[in-house]
Amino acid sequence: MTRISRSSLLMAPALVWLTALMVVPCALVLALAFFRRGIYGGIDYTFTLENFGLVFDPLYAGIFLKSARIAGTATLIAVVIGYAAAYAIAAAPRRWQPVFLFFAVLPFWSNYLIRTYAWIVLLNREGLITQLLRWFGYTGEPPSMLYTEGAVIAGLVYNYLPFVILACYAPLSRLNPELAEASRDLGASAATTFRRVILPLTVPGIAAGAVFVFVLSIGNFVTPALLGGGRFQMIGNLVYDQFLTANDWPFGAALAMALIAIMLLVLMAQALAADRAAGRAAEVKADG
Amino acid sequence: MNQSFTRTLGMRTILVLVFAFLYIPIAVLVALSFNEGGLPTAWSGFSLKWYASLAGNAAILSAALNTLIVALVSTAIATLLGTLLAIGVEMRRQYGKGLEALIFAPMIIPDIVLAIALLSFFSMLNLTMGLHTIILAHVVFNLAFVCSVVRARLKSFDWSIVEASADLGASAITTFRRVTLPVILPAVIAGALLAFTLSVDEFIIAFFTAGAGRASTTLPMQIYAMIRFGITPEINALATIVMAVSITALTLSQRLNRGIIGQ
Repeated sequence: MTRISRSSLLMAPALVWLTALMVVPCALVLALAFFRRGIYGGIDYTFTLENFGLVFDPLYAGIFLKSARIAGTATLIAVVIGYAAAYAIAAAPRRWQPVFLFFAVLPFWSNYLIRTYAWIVLLNREGLITQLLRWFGYTGEPPSMLYTEGAVIAGLVYNYLPFVILACYAPLSRLNPELAEASRDLGASAATTFRRVILPLTVPGIAAGAVFVFVLSIGNFVTPALLGGGRFQMIGNLVYDQFLTANDWPFGAALAMALIAIMLLVLMAQALAADRAAGRAAEVKADG
Repeated sequence: MNQSFTRTLGMRTILVLVFAFLYIPIAVLVALSFNEGGLPTAWSGFSLKWYASLAGNAAILSAALNTLIVALVSTAIATLLGTLLAIGVEMRRQYGKGLEALIFAPMIIPDIVLAIALLSFFSMLNLTMGLHTIILAHVVFNLAFVCSVVRARLKSFDWSIVEASADLGASAITTFRRVTLPVILPAVIAGALLAFTLSVDEFIIAFFTAGAGRASTTLPMQIYAMIRFGITPEINALATIVMAVSITALTLSQRLNRGIIGQ
């Protein structure tokens, strides 16, 4: 048997599984988006584009914008904190770095629901933060922190921060320290060295982390449902409702496709940013 | 003050703050699970009574059993398929971007999208949903993760030793068992542990593909229902156990395969 046919044989079972249980179902959902909702729920198989039109209805477009705003804010905060953390880990003594990194990523591998629930415990009216405020002498009404947009953003940042740390650490740890030294020897301040040398070389890590947080946040269903309260809606919750409550599968499918489209756009932007960063890295190397 | 001293101090402050942010919420939860009174308002003494009350909760026990079944079966299938896939891909000297995308897709596709896609697909086939459909669904992303862990290991694999083994007259099976497998085994086990953890923790896809009725409720589904109902000391205890299990599995996985988390 040739190498290629042996390879195909080995790959076949997994590829069949992925095709049957991912590609076909996703194609089905795409197709579903072009049909009408039946009168009693169900699907009426007449072609229509109105589901996609409905996505742009101000009511739903508003939810898309709100989701993008929340995901964008969470991404920004996670990248700033995550980059600082990765920088601090990369600056630590070599033998401690894997340990710090391991403990930074560990929470990421515990249950998502539980990590989100931990924030309900912290933020609810009689939660730890209210207790702390009282302990410091606060006597007023407990602040409303749970079931707000801020709570949703905090939950998203908390859940995805470890990944940003991981993504930013990789390029930071590979950074040649001589580059920063050379920049300083040539008279650049620490801030300039960071802005002109370190930051550009670590853009791919930042981009990877940012894309991850944004993509997972914008389609998130659990965090808004638990920390945003019952009526708080992001795209994920809207899709959920169409399938399990409103019983309008074609519209739910169209929403899901819009979600995928946004995701692909973001991934393409990342690939572009990575290419440009690679170009810049080559320049820095050529200059040095 | 000396500049490198301020710098070190700054770096340490960042580390302390970030680790506090990451671990305080979890630590509070764990501490409360041992709180006699069960409420966050006051510490009323150490107690294991919430753990005992979990052991008497039939709904939680049956959900835990379901989760174990789903995780074990889907991990077994995914480990086999994912490992074969990884070997198949890596032994090719070149492959298209389409193949790469297909293997990568299950790891990045939003859960909610795969969940509704599978729900639509299974209902169109008139398939009765239950634990078996959750297993079918979990294998999709689990095999992708196993594959990526094993592939990372195979990147530095010298395929000429496989050819050498064949030249020396070993059958394909013997070559696999004596040459390839020993090299990739740590990665295979690490991948399996990762898959197991992912499956134990997975909520949305299970929720959509479990079908009606409580018979196929998994632990995350049970936890979600409990959380929506409100904070109870029992959830704190359950959360502590679930976290301990995932963290143990992942730490083992990391030890076996240095680098799946760290790089």
